[in-house]
Amino acid sequence: MATPGYYGKWGGAFIPEVLFETFKELNIAFAAAKADPSFWQEYLDLMSTYSCRPTPLTYAENISKHLGGAQIYIKREDLNHTGAHKANNVMGQGLLVKRMGKKRVIAETGAGQHGVATATMAAKFGFDCTIYMGEEDVMRQRPNVFWMEKLGATVIPVTSGTKTLKDAINEAFRDWVTDMEDTHYVMGTVCGPHPFPEMVAWFQSIVGTEAVEQISKFAGKLPKRVYACVGGGSNAIGIFQGFLDTPEVELVGVEAGGLGLDSGQHAARLSSKDSSPGVAQGYHTMFLQNDDGQMNDTYSVSAGLDYVGVSPILTDLWEQGKVRFEAATDSEVMAALDMTMKMEGIIPALESSHAFAQAYKEAGELSPDDAIIINMSGRGDKDIFTVAHAYDDPSWKEFIIKKGAEYAA
Amino acid sequence: MQLEQYIKAELEKPEKDILLMTHIVLGYPSLEVNREVIQQMVDNGVELIEMQIPFSEPMADGPTIVQANQEALETGISVADCMAFGKEMCATHDISFLFMTYYNIIYKYGVENFFRKSKDYGITGFIIPDLPPEEGQEFLGLAKKYEISPILIYAPTSTDERMQTLDSYADGFMYCIARKGVTGQQTDFDTEFDHYIGRCRAATNLPLAVGFGISSREDITYLTGKADIGVIGTATINLVNNEGATAVGPFIKGLRG
Ligand SMILES: Cc1ncc(COP(=O)(O)O)c(C=O)c1O
Repeated sequence: MATPGYYGKWGGAFIPEVLFETFKELNIAFAAAKADPSFWQEYLDLMSTYSCRPTPLTYAENISKHLGGAQIYIKREDLNHTGAHKANNVMGQGLLVKRMGKKRVIAETGAGQHGVATATMAAKFGFDCTIYMGEEDVMRQRPNVFWMEKLGATVIPVTSGTKTLKDAINEAFRDWVTDMEDTHYVMGTVCGPHPFPEMVAWFQSIVGTEAVEQISKFAGKLPKRVYACVGGGSNAIGIFQGFLDTPEVELVGVEAGGLGLDSGQHAARLSSKDSSPGVAQGYHTMFLQNDDGQMNDTYSVSAGLDYVGVSPILTDLWEQGKVRFEAATDSEVMAALDMTMKMEGIIPALESSHAFAQAYKEAGELSPDDAIIINMSGRGDKDIFTVAHAYDDPSWKEFIIKKGAEYAA
Repeated sequence: MQLEQYIKAELEKPEKDILLMTHIVLGYPSLEVNREVIQQMVDNGVELIEMQIPFSEPMADGPTIVQANQEALETGISVADCMAFGKEMCATHDISFLFMTYYNIIYKYGVENFFRKSKDYGITGFIIPDLPPEEGQEFLGLAKKYEISPILIYAPTSTDERMQTLDSYADGFMYCIARKGVTGQQTDFDTEFDHYIGRCRAATNLPLAVGFGISSREDITYLTGKADIGVIGTATINLVNNEGATAVGPFIKGLRG
């Protein structure tokens, strides 16, 4: 890397001047932590006692046989404490916040998983916590809002812009420029200004490190392909880092195809032709935007993938041809989720179900001698309202109507 | 260079102890109203106007200006419309006009093309709050080439050392944000501010503009003698929202003298 914070021509730190010293301090603290082996050891200890690391690699025997192609393995990030890979990043940043001596954390959240993880970390470490969440996402991920509040965080619904993840990021920055001395912004994905992409990728690398070891042990070889869903890109870069030096392993990032790439209603940055280079939210990457540089209103059934930008690290790997990008549509995702529940007894998050959908589309092309890994970034419990709605489930509806009547009375 | 000379020449005029720079969000609520508001501002002695080209992600702005950006974009205004309007204003009024926007707008337009056109129109400076000099080497080079002042920002969190670094890149004037935070909320002027503005003065020979939360005659009186330019942003947007464009003239007139 020529300039720190740049991945090819992507990345950078396009920050308002008022945060210059805050970033300087953060860069110094992060570099010191990275250079200190005891920091990583402390992180590993925490993740193996407070969370469930190492997370298992599960062989999906029934689906592998059913599809008749590659042997499918699932990396179980859903078994992390708080139910998603988000905890890997959050607990790491929490340790860094302790080192920096700050007392308050703020974060954006889309699916609410990052928000719940941050609220949990704040409760454990004794920090004040404020979470910014687009109003649209508050509606579709209501269970997570409830838990964040019960964990002691203040959840602020964001009503500006498109009321989704990007707007929550803007609002978190507006908080940070007002109150930076005591506050750390826990960025939830591998995006934003340097050093966040590097920092989040570093904490998430734990996924890839474990996965290489596990697949070598269970399958006796490296996988043919690794699939991960891509919102900002943190679970993907986490697992991909285990396989970047072995080009025979094909890495596949799966974006939100929404209602289809031709519909314009999607959040596919690198797998569609609709994105172009831009600078927003503090970094340079491929954005879904119009010719004037105004960001588009993206669409996905999953709040966590419904985002205009994508990690500068992934954009660079895509440009170099090291990661292939595909999109899975809402309906493919629902079908994959249904099959995974019925045949393996596993409930992936809607975000993660994108990776499952793409893997299921392709598994048949491969030989039964091949192995593939799907990164299951999180569990689906949070999606109960959205999924029940998609199933148009009669008994669930009846329950909600009764409950509503009970509260209205 | 030209912008700095203009400011110094204005400050030499009798009874001008402080200049006024106002802020307009282009297309909010419409270019028609912008035109009327600018006329009122110019008629009542404003020396500089920063015209904000709306952006969908105005990260450094507070609720009023965020909403103005959003509503302007909802009317369908384009960057080309904003450029044409800027051209018209430069041709119509004999004061200094600057563009304020976020970097993506310029980047997508084509950075050099944006400079070339702005120069043609007579725009004197650019204010880009999300482009620190470390990321703006191309931008700063073009600013020199086209003689358009890159306005850089001092913040209360800037160290003396950082202020000096910024000074080495800046031109025209220095934009000193009066407090931390985003645009809009009221600023309390106190001894802490005095110390800060003293540090700003020591770090640069450029004229100092002070902005964020300035809304009254008292604020301008307080700044007189300490800063060279008072920046009025959200206050006039609120005024136009509440009382209409014609209220702007008397308001501006009442700020000084
Ligand atoms: C379960 C889950 N998977 C994936 C994502 C997408 O984020 P990223 O691409 O950073 O992994 C989210 C984000 O909210 C999530 O909650």
